[in-house]
Amino acid sequence: MDIKERRGNGEGDALQRALVGATAVAAAAGAALFIGSKLRSGRGEPWISDAPRSTRRGRNSLIGRTVTIAKPAQEIYDFWRDFSNLAQVMENVERIDVIDQRQSHWVVKAPGGSTVEWDSVVTEDEPSRLIAWESTKGSNIRNSGRVEFLDAAPGRGTMVRLTMVYDPPGGTAGRLVAKLLQREPAEQARRDLRRLKQFLETGEITSSTSPSGRRSESPAKQYI
Amino acid sequence: MRALTWQGRHDVRVETVPDPEIVNPRDAIIRITSTAICGSDLHLYDGYIPTMRAGDILGHENMGEVVEVGAKSPLKKGQRVVIPFTVSCGDCFFCKKQQYSACDNANPATTSDMSETLYGYPMGAALGYAHLTGGYAGGQAEYLRVPYSDVGPIVIPDGLEDDKVLFLSDILPTGWMAAENAEIEEGDTVAVWGCGPVGLFAIQSALIMGAHKVIAIDHYAARLDLAKRLGAEILDYREVDVREALFEMTGGIGPDACIDCVGMESHGLGIDNLVDTAKAHTFLGTDRPAALRQAILACRKGGRVSVPGVYGGMADKFPIGAFMEKGLTLKTGQTHVQKYSQKLLEMIGEDKIDTTFLISHHASLEEGPSMYRHWHDDQDEYTKIVLKPGMERVAA
Ligand SMILES: [Zn+2]
Ligand SMILES: [Zn+2]
Repeated sequence: MDIKERRGNGEGDALQRALVGATAVAAAAGAALFIGSKLRSGRGEPWISDAPRSTRRGRNSLIGRTVTIAKPAQEIYDFWRDFSNLAQVMENVERIDVIDQRQSHWVVKAPGGSTVEWDSVVTEDEPSRLIAWESTKGSNIRNSGRVEFLDAAPGRGTMVRLTMVYDPPGGTAGRLVAKLLQREPAEQARRDLRRLKQFLETGEITSSTSPSGRRSESPAKQYI
Repeated sequence: MRALTWQGRHDVRVETVPDPEIVNPRDAIIRITSTAICGSDLHLYDGYIPTMRAGDILGHENMGEVVEVGAKSPLKKGQRVVIPFTVSCGDCFFCKKQQYSACDNANPATTSDMSETLYGYPMGAALGYAHLTGGYAGGQAEYLRVPYSDVGPIVIPDGLEDDKVLFLSDILPTGWMAAENAEIEEGDTVAVWGCGPVGLFAIQSALIMGAHKVIAIDHYAARLDLAKRLGAEILDYREVDVREALFEMTGGIGPDACIDCVGMESHGLGIDNLVDTAKAHTFLGTDRPAALRQAILACRKGGRVSVPGVYGGMADKFPIGAFMEKGLTLKTGQTHVQKYSQKLLEMIGEDKIDTTFLISHHASLEEGPSMYRHWHDDQDEYTKIVLKPGMERVAA
């Protein structure tokens, strides 16, 4: 069964299609958009809100997204902790090879049909509470992130909060360009978390693949 | 297969397209036996709904025979089913609350960004509507892919012909929910703007729910006549000042509940509506809420306003002062079709609800384009069109 989302509806032109790449965790492939700084950086700044720091106004190097999944924390943690599962829900991840308990090897689709690869290592691991990771020292794609599993209101399941460090080259302009190309990590994170939720709640990844009168498209063709 | 496709404003064509396939385990594919053209299809036809793409297959009021099922579909080949226009997963927070049209999973990850930007949250999904609501193909075609076929489809017992049950797909539960949202109490007068299919079903539902009096407002004589036959008192808004007429007909109290079954393409004579029309045509604003404004002004103090009519964008001059000072309650939303399916099917089976009175025309799929034209140009004669893909083309 092919549980990757299949879409029949081409969106945008070929150039855009070629440029769209990268996943949440991978970020923009081919360019070192992520910095390897630890997520704890910046925690010393004054902050009186109870909201996550990723919701801070203005330029923000933290990417964050929370999604509620109607499943117990343990089940979602178990799914995530076996990193090889993530390729099912992350759009541009081709595969993730689990090397050992802490290390995994990521193969991610990049623009133009190529791939980029790196090793990632788990830095924190609290069963059914949180997982944190970062790319290993030698990787040319530097990234770090953490996912927390928080109790939602009774009966509503688990709030899954993904946070990543992101510092685009070129500052605001760089971020804008990334957004135009639909490769902005925040957007990828949003979409990947939606797919995770769909898969865990419904057993499938929602797809609107269906015929159309656009002759250039076959029903099962993917457009990204 | 043959399918009716949207090509642009006032341009729909029947074309040969690929057959649908099973994509996910919970899918089913049905051979369409009846598919209706909806008032909200006119919003697409008129180009008022963003995110349509040339080639999209229209049609969200569908029924047919199951011809193929995925590994996890409980349906069986040969079963007759009506398909709700709302796509709902049945597993998310919203579906569990029976708020099916707000389903959090049915809109694919790539299309739900648009509505999150427009409305603050990703929208639910619908068949045969814009990409904003998922970009699913519709059923004005020979075949239809039905996602989450274990949640939506209503299996129809033998002996109930298509015309009796087809509208379970949308307009019947939409009219019912509109009346339910009006929270009707004994002795209530309910005013209904718009006597199209949803308005007529809202009138019927309000009377079943015990409304003392229903007052129907429109300007098409044939539609007002249908409303009268259902038991409503009627108003032609070209003849009377609606607010004043409602004031007089309710002894100075006003309608207890007002239902706007018109939505964004409201006609109307007011200067505000002319301004709105100009704006809509220049895309400065999208919605013309003449009926909604009138409903808010006409509603009694402490009354309820129910809005099943479709709006998509922003509206100017929403009478927030009247709304607040009078203490009105506003309830709205796309229909949670699956919530009402079983109950309404039973009422149809017991002859408590008739839906066939509405149908003015049956036509073949190939006649679809001319039917859209008639539906757009001649709403007095064409009250509801049902396309039958299996039907021989009759002389146009
Ligand atoms: Zn409809
Ligand atoms: Zn749902």
